Amino acid sequence: MSVRRLAKEQPDSFAFKKKSEDEIKFWLGKYPEEKKASAVIPMLWIAQKQESWVSEPAIREIASRLDMPYIRVYEVATFYTMFNLAPVGEHLVQVCGTTPCMLRGSDELIKICKNRIGKQHEISEDGKFTWVEVECMGACANAPMIQLANGEGDHYIEDLDAEKFEKLLDDLAAGNKVEYGPQSERNASEPHGTSVLSDPSLYDGSKAKKIKLPNTEKAEG
Amino acid sequence: MVELLQDKDRIFTNLFGHHSPGLEAAKQRGAWNGTKDILEQGRHWIIDQMKASGLRGRGGAGFPTGLKWSFMPQEVGARPHYLVVNADESEPGTCKDREIMRHDPHLLIEGCMIASFAMQAHACYIYLRGEYVTERLALEKAVKEAYEAKLIGEKNTNGWPFHVYIHHGAGAYICGEETALLESLEGKKGQPRLKPPFPANAGLYGCPTTVNNVESIAVAGTILRRGAEWFSSFGRERNVGTKIFSISGHVNNPCNVEEAMSIPMKTLIETHAGGVRGGWDNLKAVIPGGSSVSLLPKDICDDVLMDFDALSAHKSGLGTAAVIVMDKSTDVVKAIARISYFYRHESCGQCTPCREGTGWMWRVLTRMAAGESTIEEIDMLLDVAGQVEGHTICALGDAAAWPVQGLIRHFRHEIEERINNYREGKPVFVSQSVAAE
Repeated sequence: MSVRRLAKEQPDSFAFKKKSEDEIKFWLGKYPEEKKASAVIPMLWIAQKQESWVSEPAIREIASRLDMPYIRVYEVATFYTMFNLAPVGEHLVQVCGTTPCMLRGSDELIKICKNRIGKQHEISEDGKFTWVEVECMGACANAPMIQLANGEGDHYIEDLDAEKFEKLLDDLAAGNKVEYGPQSERNASEPHGTSVLSDPSLYDGSKAKKIKLPNTEKAEG
Repeated sequence: MVELLQDKDRIFTNLFGHHSPGLEAAKQRGAWNGTKDILEQGRHWIIDQMKASGLRGRGGAGFPTGLKWSFMPQEVGARPHYLVVNADESEPGTCKDREIMRHDPHLLIEGCMIASFAMQAHACYIYLRGEYVTERLALEKAVKEAYEAKLIGEKNTNGWPFHVYIHHGAGAYICGEETALLESLEGKKGQPRLKPPFPANAGLYGCPTTVNNVESIAVAGTILRRGAEWFSSFGRERNVGTKIFSISGHVNNPCNVEEAMSIPMKTLIETHAGGVRGGWDNLKAVIPGGSSVSLLPKDICDDVLMDFDALSAHKSGLGTAAVIVMDKSTDVVKAIARISYFYRHESCGQCTPCREGTGWMWRVLTRMAAGESTIEEIDMLLDVAGQVEGHTICALGDAAAWPVQGLIRHFRHEIEERINNYREGKPVFVSQSVAAE
């Protein structure tokens, strides 16, 4: 179990910006009105996307919007590990360290983070980076990998190695554009040089022709 | 000679994302073909066909999908029915649902419609893990396309009023447990509920609910289009169908690939993943079904089949069919200790045996990896693992115990050797081979 607490220093207030308000409206439309507490995770996430972290005033604001006791929202914010409970650097580097990534060298990425950025969860001196070791992010066939969160959103960067990772951090530090997804010749998680899914008849539209369903009276008759 | 699955029998024809995930391209590949006809056959036909297909849930437990659907109340009472799709893919090693959601999302949405119709649900929530932001946005886009094309919605061309809502979590493995997922979807901490009541009686918002894995739902349309007997023609009895395997770790080409069930593990790894790094003889062990199942040493891997029964016969399991390969350079004690760390991190803290036991097992294993423990502690560790297993509300406790038990079952000699080496001042772990390139 991870024990997580709110940051000691908190801002005086929190307010959602216009863009966030639009997103909140979109999310609240998904649940029955009397079950709007369902939107608590999406709303905390929206607050985090706006400020880069979740502050105590933000938790209070969300509680009042969703008619939830403050402590219930607090509980959610501290339970789910994707909520940053303290400010982070411009680029949040989340390195997967679970066994499938470990087998393919995530330890090296972690070592680089320690050397270049410093201690986990802390903001680097130049304010540009924070790094954390996270648990399996479900991209194991593209290990080792990280998730990068910054002003551009949240992106997986996969098929890494020490050299590529150093270069990535260099580029981010210099403000250069970086490529998301696999840092290899692959498009996603396909086998390299595969002949799987190469049959052209799968893609020529023949599968869209009207069919008779099997195992129906209609089809047999 | 093992017969490999042919392209014409693959359900996920855009698994690699080499084609557009958009609606038009998906239709060309066969999605949404005859959906209305399927619904017109009635819900009993759908459920009977799903039962006849032999499909077992693809999320790990392997419960028959058609049977699960039939557990929903026959009549809709005052409480609406819900379908909830478990897209909280978090089992270490598993990365298959991700590819369905970002590359073949329409197969999933169509499956949601068919399953919801069969269970008389007008609304479906798809719960994605929070990290899958790209996948969530891809799925939202596909849902929007389906609404605009009137394939789903209050009034649609398929004739069953139906809504799909995408929801997300925020980094908690436990939310992959179905009742924890429901708690989370209701806006609470993801802590599993006691069963009974089962979700089919009291699930989301206290209403009848069925929770299914992404892959289980996404294959439904194709199974009904091609026939139950087509699907059940692959694999061995009770273990039929096609399945996406995620192959990671020490192979030359880690990948996701759809293959026939019951394919020999060695064939799977050598055909699709480019083989074990340094050759098959450089294999040390394989975790065949995601981190929760016991690892298997090479001699079992040589001829074991990838299905539910074959793997459980070796006290392991098919789980999510996530194959984690470890070659001889692997420090296997450390690898399992890292899995224990994962469970320690992800325990929700509700049940004491799991909350305390996961941390205890991780600490002891970490010492064992360094040789800094006693021989007696190996049996003590087994004893503690046994006290966690089966003594918690959900299966996370079991999932934390099994890899540890598997390690001791198959590699006790290595742990002992390490302890002895440490006491004699020798290096505790020497890699058995240099990793290939």
